[in-house]
Amino acid sequence: MTFRKYSEVLHSKLNFNLSNFNLALVLLSLLFCIPVIVICGSLFFPAKEIWTHLFNTVLIDYVSNSFTLLIGVGFLSLILGIIPAWLITMYKFPMSRYLEWAVLLPMSMPAYIVAYSYTGAFDASGPVQEMIRGLTGWEYHDYWFPEVRSLGGATAMLSFVLYPYIYLLTRASFIEQSVCVLEVSRTLGCNYVDAFRRVALPIARPAIIVGLSLVLMETLADYGTVQYFGVSAFTTGIFRTWFGMDNSLAAAQLSALLLLFVAVFIFLERRSRTQLAFHHTSSRYSPLLKQKLKGTRAFFAFFVCFIPLLLGFIIPASFLFNWAIESYSEIFNKDFYLLLFNTLALAFITALLALAIALFLGYTNRNSYSFINRLLVRFIGIGYAIPGTVIAIGVLIPFAWFDNRLDDFLKIHFNISSGLLISGTLFILIFAYLVRFLAISINTVDAALSKIKPEMDEVAKTNGFSHIGIVKRIHIPIMRGSLLTALLLVFVDVLKELPATLILRPFNFNTLAVRTFELANEERLADAALPALAIVVAGIIPVIMISNSISKSRLGYE
Amino acid sequence: MNKAIEIRDLSLSIDGHSILNNISFCLGEIDIACLLGPSGCGKTSLLRCIAGFEIPERGEILIKGIIINNPNHYIPVEQRNIGMVFQDYVLFPHMSVSENIIFGLKNLQQKRIKQRLDELIELLDLDDQINKFPHQLSGGQQQRVALARAMAPRPGVLLLDEPFASLDIELREQLAHELRSILKQDGITTIMVTHNQLEAFAMADAIGVIKDGKLRQWDTAFNLYHMPKTPDVADFVGEGVFISGEVINNKEVKTDIGNIKGYIPDNLTKGEKVRVLIRPDDILHDDDSEITAVVISKVFRGAEFLYTLEMKNGLHVQSLIPSHHDHPINEPIGIKLEIDHLVIFAD
Repeated sequence: MTFRKYSEVLHSKLNFNLSNFNLALVLLSLLFCIPVIVICGSLFFPAKEIWTHLFNTVLIDYVSNSFTLLIGVGFLSLILGIIPAWLITMYKFPMSRYLEWAVLLPMSMPAYIVAYSYTGAFDASGPVQEMIRGLTGWEYHDYWFPEVRSLGGATAMLSFVLYPYIYLLTRASFIEQSVCVLEVSRTLGCNYVDAFRRVALPIARPAIIVGLSLVLMETLADYGTVQYFGVSAFTTGIFRTWFGMDNSLAAAQLSALLLLFVAVFIFLERRSRTQLAFHHTSSRYSPLLKQKLKGTRAFFAFFVCFIPLLLGFIIPASFLFNWAIESYSEIFNKDFYLLLFNTLALAFITALLALAIALFLGYTNRNSYSFINRLLVRFIGIGYAIPGTVIAIGVLIPFAWFDNRLDDFLKIHFNISSGLLISGTLFILIFAYLVRFLAISINTVDAALSKIKPEMDEVAKTNGFSHIGIVKRIHIPIMRGSLLTALLLVFVDVLKELPATLILRPFNFNTLAVRTFELANEERLADAALPALAIVVAGIIPVIMISNSISKSRLGYE
Repeated sequence: MNKAIEIRDLSLSIDGHSILNNISFCLGEIDIACLLGPSGCGKTSLLRCIAGFEIPERGEILIKGIIINNPNHYIPVEQRNIGMVFQDYVLFPHMSVSENIIFGLKNLQQKRIKQRLDELIELLDLDDQINKFPHQLSGGQQQRVALARAMAPRPGVLLLDEPFASLDIELREQLAHELRSILKQDGITTIMVTHNQLEAFAMADAIGVIKDGKLRQWDTAFNLYHMPKTPDVADFVGEGVFISGEVINNKEVKTDIGNIKGYIPDNLTKGEKVRVLIRPDDILHDDDSEITAVVISKVFRGAEFLYTLEMKNGLHVQSLIPSHHDHPINEPIGIKLEIDHLVIFAD
């Protein structure tokens, strides 16, 4: 008996019995892959006329706008992310200790909410331009002011809230490599700037690419911002084809095209993650001697790190806050409570389900050497990269088909109508959320489970504990924190989700995000502020958790 | 002697804790020195002061006669012309072996860079590795690359921080000898930090024993072992036990295991109570001896046993005895004293 087999035998009991559950795993992954399969499958149905039409009218616009967005957002968020990461890692300057986590705050802002806020503030009728006119006596056309509702505006909005991905990953890389590698480079004659250019930045490259891929995936997935700014991008195009042209095949095929772009970034991200392992420099950490900046340089460093925070959080949040105070008495009524309850309940149920599924998958795969099992779970995890719009369409097409067939069948044979049994209900919405967010709980639960070494189970067994006893006394205490994290992360993401909810929600069912969207599109920005602010406040929770876990993990860094 | 590096009255505190206290020493060109001491004694901090990563509060550091650090003057790390090999080598993971080695060779002609690279590759026997990346190398190979990288710019002083700590124990002594000959061939002045005295003995022309932030003795390996200046040094370097005695005259001291002759420092006068260091190699096994001691415990070391013996008066001493003399525990064996270097301190 080889060692591997031996250990499989040893651990087989507490992973559930693999042979029985493999089927469940396969079915589960198939279920969650339905949207992707449907979208990709749509390509097999010929639709030449639609494509000729799309190509002649809007397709070039979709592609070129989305492309411009990707380049602009990528470039801007690299600058906004990398420079503060380096300054905060290497130097001491006024407020640097607070900026370290504060520059993460824009993560709590969905891009569409920032877009509403900036539009309200900087549009021609907004307080800023009003003030300019008041001070100078100019009329509306007498001066130049950047147009918020434009492609450039969308680029800015997305960059302002997405750069923290790059900041987070780059800084983690700087911290990990910092001490020793940078010290070596200095003994070899590099000053701080050389060390950054020749050593820190190249070593951080895989981490930066991972961050950038995430930013670009989010950019492609965005619907709320481009829709509000009237920019024709892929996601708005899919919406228009679906609702406006009522052409589900074309919408699915457009989604497939979008998926192709996304796949490039998934590939980039995965490849860079594997490179990260080789870019590990040292297992030894010693406190980094931060250089203390003085005078203008200190002010400059502070300023450079403060700008992203200002743009991505302070400005939009303070306008929202102001409007929320104005509209508070009107908006904060019974309807708002219902809205809040609906949203929270929906988010909580989804988070709980995601956790349960992730636990099932985690235990099924625990210490399993089956390549197929691991592949299946990975496949389920891809949902996170897929835009909500695409998932919604990939979910709606098959379920609507099923509902219609069922309805036909029941009408013919039993003369009763089932109506839209699934596709008009919360079930389909929750299912779409699970497809999109399951990856978060899977990753969190997997990380937690990997902390429980098989030997721990064995020790407990030799101490006479039953399986239930082991779970109760060892697994739950070790995993408790991570399970809560998994729950919270999914909860907040559901709260913020817009496009899938817009497409799939039942009639007269609203969430905070949808209500914000509706009010903003009715140009009632002040009224949209309160639900928007509620989403932002919830969004701050994961930011706090992330910055906590960073400060715990940075050994020897201060 | 041309001084390659000189340290004068150097003191360092970090967060109000005194780490180093009045350290002074100097080192000649091409010499290899070891800073030896238990962990936490401050030896790595001293190395980091020389490199410039820590800023001492008092004292001076000079490299080749030029002040690189005193309270009014701090030359940044990158301008000090020092080389440093870190404890786990920290090669640049995104560069090949040859790129790593020539990293510090800026502002040089391409031809000169190539020349130096070839020299180091030959000296360190890295022929087959030059195109590999750090994660493809073994620990020993990584060490060589790190060493080549630090040596490449011909630093005024090369600093090695526990260079053997991440290698297998069996490899260490052999590598220490090899390293010594490489450094001597390339003519580089070196200061190495270690807590392992065998490594220090194998490498160094001079050894500084550091304890509690103070330099206790700066000397050759032989002198540290046979003529330690303080009980601390005697205790840390080599094995042995202290027994008490009394000075009889300026050549002889009386102890519980007999009278011992040897050089007695002038400050110890007749009748003074003293402590005498008995090394395991000072006590020989002799079946004919009248003095016997009982075996309490023994450690097998291959060629010899290290016996711990109990004398009649209850005193414990250690003895190194060739391993074909295998005595069971509790057996009395004959011993005799043969002390070439009397190590004696006032009690």
